[in-house]
Amino acid sequence: MSLLKIEDLTKHFGGVVALDRVSFSVKRQTIVSLIGPNGAGKTTLFNCVTGVLRPEEGSIFFGDGAAADSLAGCPPHQVAEFGIARTFQNIRLFAGMSVLENVLAGTYVRTRAGLLEALWPWKSGAHQEKRWAHDKAHRLLEQLQLGRCADQLASSLPYGQQRRLELARALASDPQLLLLDEPAAGLTFQERQELMKFLMELKGRGLTILLIEHDMKVVMPISDWVVVLDYGAKIAEGPPKEIQGNPHVIEAYLGVKTAQ
Amino acid sequence: MKLKYLLPVFFLLLPFIDSNPYHMDVFTTAALYALLALGLNLIVGFVGLLHLGYAAFFAIGAYTYALLNLRLGYPFWVGLPISAVTAGIAGVLLGLPAVRVRGDYLAIVTLGFGEIVRIAVTNCERWTGGPNGLLGIAHPTIGSFNFGVDSRPYYWLLFILVEATAWVCARLRRSRIGLAWGALREDELAARCIGVDATRLKLLALGLGGAIAGLAGCVFAAKQGTVTPDSFDFILSVMILAMVILGGLGSVRGAILGAAVLSIAPELLRSFSSYRMLLFGVMMIVLMRVRPQGLLGRRHVAP
Repeated sequence: MSLLKIEDLTKHFGGVVALDRVSFSVKRQTIVSLIGPNGAGKTTLFNCVTGVLRPEEGSIFFGDGAAADSLAGCPPHQVAEFGIARTFQNIRLFAGMSVLENVLAGTYVRTRAGLLEALWPWKSGAHQEKRWAHDKAHRLLEQLQLGRCADQLASSLPYGQQRRLELARALASDPQLLLLDEPAAGLTFQERQELMKFLMELKGRGLTILLIEHDMKVVMPISDWVVVLDYGAKIAEGPPKEIQGNPHVIEAYLGVKTAQ
Repeated sequence: MKLKYLLPVFFLLLPFIDSNPYHMDVFTTAALYALLALGLNLIVGFVGLLHLGYAAFFAIGAYTYALLNLRLGYPFWVGLPISAVTAGIAGVLLGLPAVRVRGDYLAIVTLGFGEIVRIAVTNCERWTGGPNGLLGIAHPTIGSFNFGVDSRPYYWLLFILVEATAWVCARLRRSRIGLAWGALREDELAARCIGVDATRLKLLALGLGGAIAGLAGCVFAAKQGTVTPDSFDFILSVMILAMVILGGLGSVRGAILGAAVLSIAPELLRSFSSYRMLLFGVMMIVLMRVRPQGLLGRRHVAP
């Protein structure tokens, strides 16, 4: 069963074709990697799926079969409510807020307290909701080994921890689909190994992950499926083994025709 | 912290400690500014919307009560909530086009609104009395007691309003809505991607901030007994913004402190006569240079 289905997705920036009739689907509880040279349109595709950009053509469906919701034209906050969370290529944390507050903000779509609940001074449902959100946030911080810096400013964390915090914030919204934009970029070898282990663990827990990544040492071992973009068009897709030997892919990456 | 309980008691008893009517008048003005600073802090400090036309909501609150009182004979206590609601609605309506733009552009748009409201009030003579304003607005009464021209009852009224508003602000900041506001301030795109409806939450802040200014405007009109458009000029918006920034963006107590400092300092500097505003300016530059996050602001200043 596919969780995300993208059909003929097209996006132009002025005269530049950033996405050219891209179609593929992501099966539930799999890790799919989106690879391709710089400028291939990978991040643009993420932005179209999350509602940050509005594609000119094509459709995006989220969910199973007939019950799928169309994401085309949905603003980002609605996409988040459907159960899609993302991280960014250049980390976008809430820098002036504490580590804990960053993750708490991530629970926004799964909580409901409004203005009146915020001002109601006695115990209420909002109170329990707040406790639930705090428990959840602390649990996630522990899982990502950030428990000790809960009260620090997000901007004071070293790079690797900032990446993990962004992941924690995304997970706080209980997503079904996680879009990760180069989660391993800038991480040390050790950190990469931990990340891969964690992503496999998330998949084991039922999450579906769509991943943009350049490092084949990360992509190949954990991916169930790989989609290759070049100049906005899908040039190949398949299991990692197959993609590794695909002449089109090698050409796109190395810029030369393979000898035989 | 003990100070948390001692300070309100001190402010409550201040009219007994210092009975000098001139001092009381200064303190009352400071309290009025504190209310305005709290409201603007909600917009600029919590959500990060640089609003340069905040005086417009103050004006709308003041004129709402003035007209309700003069035309329909409404008493102050009825006018107070209506002024707040009217200014709040104005905040949302003026916000509708404004939240579509960001940063510097938002500052320009709100600056425009501030001026439009002031000029509209000046030119709409039939209703607002034009540049001469409206006279003879009734002071508040409780039973047979009339607030009159003595500052003290207004001081206590404002004290209650400031305390209540500060409580609301502090509670909101720690709530789910406060977190979403913080997220919008720090990174709007990331905030939207975690499910924050940016437009709605910004309008909520503009509405609440407007309502608080409406309260202040109503008290102001009732205290003065007159309203004229020149009380609501651009400089007022800038002064309130300076109070919020000086106190520390996003800090509730900071907004009150900033308002107190900036409304009392010029009075203390009176002995320097014509150098007063110069010294005032130098003082602000030094403070901002030494403590860019504001007096009570703890958070880093976003790059």
